[in-house]
Amino acid sequence: MEAITTIEFILLTVISAATPLLLAATGELVAEKSGVLNLGIEGMMLAGAVCAFIAALTTGSWALGIVVGAAAGILMSMLFGLLTLIFLANQVASGLALTLFGIGLSSLIGIPFIGLPIDKLPTLDLPLLGDIPIFGPLLFEQDALVYISIIMALAVHWFLNHSKSGLVLRAVGESHDAAHSIGYSVLKIRFLAVMFGGAMAGLGGAFLSLSYTPMWVEHMTAGRGWIALALVVFATWKPGRVIIGAYLFGAVTILQLHLQGIGVQIPAQILSMLPYLVTILVLVLISRNAARVKLNAPACIGQIFHPNT
Amino acid sequence: MKVSAMRLKITPRQTHSRLMSWLTPIMALSLSLVSGMIMFYLLGYPPIQSLYTFFISPISDLYGVSELIIKASPLAMIAVGLAMGFRANVWNIGAEGQFTIGAIAGSALVIYFPSSENFLMLPVMLILGIVGGMAWASIPAFLKTRFNTNEILTSLLLVYVAILLLSTLIHGPWRDPDGYNFPESVVFPGVATLPSILSGTRLHAGTLIALLVVATAWVLYSKTIAGFQVRVAGLAPNAARYAGVQYKRMIWYVLLAAGGLSGLAGIIEVTGLIGQLQPIVSPGYGFSAIIVAFLGRLHPIGIVFASLVLALSYLGGEFVQIKLGLPLGIAGVFQGMLLFYLLSCDLLINYRVEFRHTKTIAPVKTS
Repeated sequence: MEAITTIEFILLTVISAATPLLLAATGELVAEKSGVLNLGIEGMMLAGAVCAFIAALTTGSWALGIVVGAAAGILMSMLFGLLTLIFLANQVASGLALTLFGIGLSSLIGIPFIGLPIDKLPTLDLPLLGDIPIFGPLLFEQDALVYISIIMALAVHWFLNHSKSGLVLRAVGESHDAAHSIGYSVLKIRFLAVMFGGAMAGLGGAFLSLSYTPMWVEHMTAGRGWIALALVVFATWKPGRVIIGAYLFGAVTILQLHLQGIGVQIPAQILSMLPYLVTILVLVLISRNAARVKLNAPACIGQIFHPNT
Repeated sequence: MKVSAMRLKITPRQTHSRLMSWLTPIMALSLSLVSGMIMFYLLGYPPIQSLYTFFISPISDLYGVSELIIKASPLAMIAVGLAMGFRANVWNIGAEGQFTIGAIAGSALVIYFPSSENFLMLPVMLILGIVGGMAWASIPAFLKTRFNTNEILTSLLLVYVAILLLSTLIHGPWRDPDGYNFPESVVFPGVATLPSILSGTRLHAGTLIALLVVATAWVLYSKTIAGFQVRVAGLAPNAARYAGVQYKRMIWYVLLAAGGLSGLAGIIEVTGLIGQLQPIVSPGYGFSAIIVAFLGRLHPIGIVFASLVLALSYLGGEFVQIKLGLPLGIAGVFQGMLLFYLLSCDLLINYRVEFRHTKTIAPVKTS
């Protein structure tokens, strides 16, 4: 991989900036399709990031780090599921609680590990394909989580549109009463969807602390959980568009970093605002067409389901 | 869900229980204390003693109590504004940003006129703080009413923008030229600082403003039609619309009110306590105020008590950091836990919960 060109370097960094967003947004999309809005992505990502880092550092196993990251995300999401699905709590408030809790908890357990170095997640070079000039290294010499992010997004696309279980999940999100009356367990399906969202957010966090910046820093997600939430709206709840959106946002993030790098006469902080401002702009552009959002958004999103009412 | 031999039976109540709505905060608090003890134990600290250090020793003298009130004041002020929005189903979670912009907007005056002795300096700064917070909150209000954009995401994303804006200013044009290159503004002169109200403590006039705000909110909330409309709009949006309440106007009102109060809290924090602009002007008040609003049952009087509880969690966090060497994040864990328990216990307000023994053959499948 000697002498990579600037273009290649930029594209590589775009991929790594997009991956955590893609992972988290794909998970949230599934949860939202089942009718559950989990605003706690930021908290789940942080839990995933810190736990994955600790596991990888102490055992030296990348695979274990990734698994522990996902497991931490799942545990956090189960807390959310317990609150909103069993105790019928407001989903917006519960999601916020999850984020606040995740920020505090991750900083608490991460204290002894701040600033410790760890090797970057190794790339899994696919034989032959990686030797293709230019696109080879770009597409086939990435780390495991990059492959997982793409594969999962495509798998979710297939699952939602071409499998029976996916259809049931969407039905639960569109009309929980109808789905319940024909015998589907709304609770079970939603709980599983929420857990899937947790696992993916945990993986997104793991990518941040194992690959993007291989270390643990307090609140290292820096709002990516919220950007992932916006991405789901941007994608109008379609997994394919989540991929496009994540890479667009990755590009914006990298653009501002490179502008800072080449010494553009704009304060670094102003450039750092770009991803947040672009997210808001994109949200506005998408949601101004109320009919389109309504058409694509799961009808029961955010609503509490109780079979007796 | 399988609950071993017992099955949770949840049935809706006819009307929501007033008793429970005031009992659940106490239940949540007790559960948080117990969990806190377990957490201390797991971290290897003596549970009872640590809990004492966290919750009792910070307020065992007058100075401690004054510090508690200093922290509770901004929390109560912000929470009162947020509660209005939450009642009307408007989810402004960007108070932290509105707080920061309030601090910036108000401080602009003293930073551009640092040698002014004009006695109008402070009042104008406070007004600028309110205007700044309102302006920042008007962005999600405009986007929500005009473009149907989700206010949760826009208000939250603007928090990051606000904090970066503050950072830009104090690393650049607003940096104190005599400040040894620290990212800090000039130290505010006497005309730009809120007076102290109790000698020997840091208690300042901001607390009086906070009390005034809470009292006003209480009157508005319980005695006026506007307060009633906000309540109805949240409970029954369609009924409210039918009765002529304009939902869009409501969104503007509640966001501007919350933004203005957060901005005021921000400029008060800077003029009353910090005395200059620094990279961080809030230890997360804007987010903790969300918990305060819920714990206080979205009611101005409840919010006063809740703000004291959350202020104590900040103070306790600082105490265990100094005395036991525990990280400050423990305050955040406690706050998050408190909200979890509260939201779970709130089930009891609208539902009756019974435990039933499951028989070998369950006649009705409830899960």
